[in-house]
Amino acid sequence: MNGYLAILKMRMKTLLQYRTAAFAAVTTEFFWGLIMMMIYQAFFSSTTAKEPLSLSQSITFLWLGQALIQLLPWTIDKELEAQIKNGNVAYELVRPVDLYAIWFARALALRLIPTLMRCFPILILAGLFFGLEPPVSGQAGALFAISIILALFLSSAISTLVMVSLFWTISGEGIQRLLPNISLLLSGLMVPLPLFPHWLQPFLSIQPFRGVLDIPCRIYTGVIPIDTAFYFLGFQLAWICCFVWFGHKLMKKAARHFVIQGG
Amino acid sequence: MPLLSVELLSKSYKIPKHCKGFWKELAALFSRQYIVKKALDAISFKIKEGELVGYIGPNGAGKSTTVKILSGILVPDAGDVKMFGKTPWEHRIEIVRQIGVVFGQRTQLWWDLQVIESFELFKAIYSISEESYRHTLNILVDMLDLSELLHVPVRHLSLGQRMRCDLAASLLHSPKILFLDEPTIGLDAVNKLAVRDFIRHLNRQKNITVLLTTHDMDDIEALCNRVIVLNEGQIYFDGSLECLRNKILPERRLVVDLMDEHETIKNNHAKVVKQEGHRIWLSFDPAQIPAPVLIAQITAKHSVTDLFVENPPIEESIARLYSSYRNSSL
Repeated sequence: MNGYLAILKMRMKTLLQYRTAAFAAVTTEFFWGLIMMMIYQAFFSSTTAKEPLSLSQSITFLWLGQALIQLLPWTIDKELEAQIKNGNVAYELVRPVDLYAIWFARALALRLIPTLMRCFPILILAGLFFGLEPPVSGQAGALFAISIILALFLSSAISTLVMVSLFWTISGEGIQRLLPNISLLLSGLMVPLPLFPHWLQPFLSIQPFRGVLDIPCRIYTGVIPIDTAFYFLGFQLAWICCFVWFGHKLMKKAARHFVIQGG
Repeated sequence: MPLLSVELLSKSYKIPKHCKGFWKELAALFSRQYIVKKALDAISFKIKEGELVGYIGPNGAGKSTTVKILSGILVPDAGDVKMFGKTPWEHRIEIVRQIGVVFGQRTQLWWDLQVIESFELFKAIYSISEESYRHTLNILVDMLDLSELLHVPVRHLSLGQRMRCDLAASLLHSPKILFLDEPTIGLDAVNKLAVRDFIRHLNRQKNITVLLTTHDMDDIEALCNRVIVLNEGQIYFDGSLECLRNKILPERRLVVDLMDEHETIKNNHAKVVKQEGHRIWLSFDPAQIPAPVLIAQITAKHSVTDLFVENPPIEESIARLYSSYRNSSL
């Protein structure tokens, strides 16, 4: 266990070095948020029908998404991709540790550190001046915190599975193009999921990506009432188990047939 | 019981075949054809505790493949390996606790972090106790002269410095057996000697068993009492360096300095290999003519200022071995 924590720590330390990138990202995400906010305002002022989310709820969804964007499984671990490409992954295999667990620890760090470095300025600014509401209740706030932690694990499990798949594709190109679209759309970052058409809702409500953003946001804004929140936390947990189980299995399979070329 | 025994180990790689021409490439999208390349073809050897074995062969002979199988990274197609009585790819985690591996062309240190931080990571991964970590680290820092390097980010290290740190990293958990895959590749003379001395010390003083893969024949000559020569996936030779030399190149060299620059030596049993000014290199087979007899014959005929007998450089033996192998297989 110690070893995995150490890897998590090391990876966090490395990621903390990218402060300028974090600053640049905060600025971009903040301005993107402002633009989206204006679009929502225009959209809501021109509609007469009753929408499933109010304008202020939508804006809260929006800012939470902008603040937590790095929590989504939409990027791959560049360092690991390079290791797989150049064969340095051989060194990871001569350690007395479970490779899946190491990669999972790395994924946790990759999701957690950039999020921590970016979320607070955005949350504070948006909360003070741009319409981010506080959680509907103290209980909702606490459940939101639990849900975010589950989202972190779910996102890491998805990321790890994607990384394992690189053993077959080697180049991460294809997956790098697909992943942002899928995860940003299906998590509800682009447009909050409740605002999607009716006929899509059954599909949207069972797919795993909603667990990384949509569920925490709904708990925060009270769209999911507190008494049913536990069902949704269970939903997140179930998807975590699925991805971990499948990722672990796939890693075992990969270990049986992969080839480390050269040198 | 040997520490490591390898029996009839085979491994082949499937390489997708590239076809020329549009239609053939298109067809390859649906049914790919593979060329099967045998990397290892039923090799067997045993290594006892405390041995320092040189593992040599031309590029692509299967050396790295062997090391990867022994360290549990690759699964072979057939054959068996027992290390400490266990099979590496089945008990990977148990086995790797007791082995150290250095791939000369790669680094195991974290690029962006200080050397000492990588070391501390390994301490946690291998669950090394604080006390034994301090003890081992002090010895390693001392022997490999690392005190200046510990707090430098790895990306700032020179190749030689990096290699010394990599060696230290692979020994922090006090492995019983060490696989070194080209540890001196690309190093300058000073670093090469430092690395070599260190390996010798590990083997002689600490009784660590070492399997050393290298292209540097000086490494072999300086370190190894036993050599395994691999070629095209098969073991061509396994024995002492002395035997190898005798097997492929029984000849000795006699270097003679003559008084007269324009003179040359003619002898039925010795051949002139090279002549430079006063100095002449003769090659002879001691089985045909013992060195003292040859020397007596030459000194009787010529006025000699100096002479000595030497072994031909091992590079030549190996080069000859590889080329004879290639010719015989053609």
